[in-house]
Amino acid sequence: MSDSIFFISLSIDLSVLLNHGPSAIGPSRFMRSKGLAGQGPPIMYLIPITFVVLKIIKHYQEEGQGSEVVQGVLLGLVVEDRLEITNCFPFPQHTEDDADFDEVQYQMEMMRSLRHVNIDHLHVGWYQSTFYGSFVSRALLDSQFSYQHAIEESVVLIYDPIKTAQGSLSLKAYRLTPELMEICKEKDFTPEALKKANIGFEHMFEEVPIVIKNSHLISVLMWELEDKSTVADKHELLNLSSSNHLEKSLQLLMDRVDDMSQDIVKYNTYSRNLSKQQQQKHQYVQRRQQENAQRQTRGEAALAEEDITKLFKPPQPPPRMDTLLIAGQINNYCQNVKEFTSQNLGKLFMAEALQGHNS
Amino acid sequence: AQVGLGDAVTDPAPRNITAVTFMGVYLHFVSIIFFHSLISYLLLTICNSNVYAYTCMSVYGPAVKIHPVVLASIGDSYERRNEGASRVIGTLLGTIEKHSVEVTNCFSVPHNESEDEVAVDMEFAKNMYELHKRVSPSEVIIGWYATGFDITEHSVLIHEYYSREATNPIHLTVDTALQSGKMNIRAYVSAQMGVPGKTVGVMFTPLSVKYIYYDTERIGVDLLQRTRVTPSRTKGLTSDLSQVGGSASRVQDMLATVLTYIEDVLSGKATADNSVGRFLMDLINKVPTISAEDFETMLNSNINDLLMVTYLSNLTQAQIALNEKLVLL
Repeated sequence: MSDSIFFISLSIDLSVLLNHGPSAIGPSRFMRSKGLAGQGPPIMYLIPITFVVLKIIKHYQEEGQGSEVVQGVLLGLVVEDRLEITNCFPFPQHTEDDADFDEVQYQMEMMRSLRHVNIDHLHVGWYQSTFYGSFVSRALLDSQFSYQHAIEESVVLIYDPIKTAQGSLSLKAYRLTPELMEICKEKDFTPEALKKANIGFEHMFEEVPIVIKNSHLISVLMWELEDKSTVADKHELLNLSSSNHLEKSLQLLMDRVDDMSQDIVKYNTYSRNLSKQQQQKHQYVQRRQQENAQRQTRGEAALAEEDITKLFKPPQPPPRMDTLLIAGQINNYCQNVKEFTSQNLGKLFMAEALQGHNS
Repeated sequence: AQVGLGDAVTDPAPRNITAVTFMGVYLHFVSIIFFHSLISYLLLTICNSNVYAYTCMSVYGPAVKIHPVVLASIGDSYERRNEGASRVIGTLLGTIEKHSVEVTNCFSVPHNESEDEVAVDMEFAKNMYELHKRVSPSEVIIGWYATGFDITEHSVLIHEYYSREATNPIHLTVDTALQSGKMNIRAYVSAQMGVPGKTVGVMFTPLSVKYIYYDTERIGVDLLQRTRVTPSRTKGLTSDLSQVGGSASRVQDMLATVLTYIEDVLSGKATADNSVGRFLMDLINKVPTISAEDFETMLNSNINDLLMVTYLSNLTQAQIALNEKLVLL
């Protein structure tokens, strides 16, 4: 995973060099692609085209079985305060270890070819599938940071296939907050730095609302599909069986809480060590002073002041990044669980009403 | 001794030009005969009805199953075509099972087309196919697509190229210019015809087109269908209880339709259909008859579980927030 991050960042730098000139989009509309280093207004919302949504769904369905994450690149434009995603292409899975260099080459080839058919080749982000909502990880943070560092407006689109299979398309877009960007740039994860920046786990990611848009031609296509489709609407959303999904989510939550408690123990030992050391320092200084006072009374020279810091090396403060990530992940799980339970409560009350009529 | 149109186009000898025109006329002639000989196909072109998929499903053996991704991709590449190009072509990727072909992906290929010649960037097509193969190794080239209503002579050339890449390629036409008022999506497969040894040509036989979805695709497409009704063609993603509400209201609409039908039948306005009656019977019997106490206990235990889980998750969130504050003190 870390290799892919490196190559993604490398390819972004190369893509910055390759991107030049406007991209002409057909006879109906003509837009200029915004400069990459443009410090424009913050992105208000995100518009993926239906085609992109379908492609992401299909990619996971075909290649992602078995709880592996599938990743890919998003291409699009920045228009005023919107980020429009107009195309995407998937990344191959890492099967052989010697195929690492192919990552960059693959991306370059793909972008060059897409440029020939007038597809926007501006990297605006990347997408990833997730397993029950567990995507807040170090790898994701690093990738998103490198993307956002190169391209101001990039987002990561998280697609949750299991939630989608339950009845409603689950697609979320996230960006790192500016504070977190600062911290990542400094690579300084000590508690003091985080305190200064006042980052809580709630301020790690900011969610960008998503609006799906169609062109007129695609709308016609949708009508055509509606006519010809024979598969009826399945209404998966009204399915009452919930225990399986709930069980898995809670299990993941418990694992994370375990990690969290371990991390807390580490921090506690650190703070205990620190306070013990403070005490020792204090005692040493006191003893020194006493000895010096004694020597003065006896008329001898005072002992040289020794460097305290060399005697008592301060313990290393543990990096707080992992704690932050775990807290963010737990928060995410809790949100998902709460959403799920509220939906299920509604469904149960509906079932009660239905039964009440019968009896 | 097959007279290929490719040779005819490049060789400017007058003999070959007459062969080209003869081939063009022959193709149109044969295609007209073909239309007349297949009545259901003719019915479609005259009546412009929606029944194509249903009537032809049983008539023609092989069926082409298309995923909605392919159609969206074709539409998108049509919108992005170069100035002056009237149509777009590209490669279809998919899988072949015993009797049916499933089209799961496609990419467009740049090409130039003028009155008497056509040039397709084959190098590009090969490259793109290699790249795609890295991601999904199970997909193979199964044909090509073109936007536009008719099959032209150039299509035959391109089809010949594709038959070198795949066995028995499928040709898909998508009428994006909406010539007949609808977007006709048709699939063809080529067959040899004519007098062997003398003049042979190629005939395109239509296949039936079906749309299939994965489950998640179906749900995604349902959401996208709802973008049709808003004037700005946009739709935000809703979440939480409002989704359940939306789904319930859709079921309510369906129930209302069924109720009006039943009332019509009861009052004699519509004739009763036995099969519909049987479906209604199934529907009523689907609601299980459980004794009231059992249902109460089930309901209560479920609600208790959900409430407890909500309480625990709230507790966890409060805990991590507290932890955060303590560390940052």
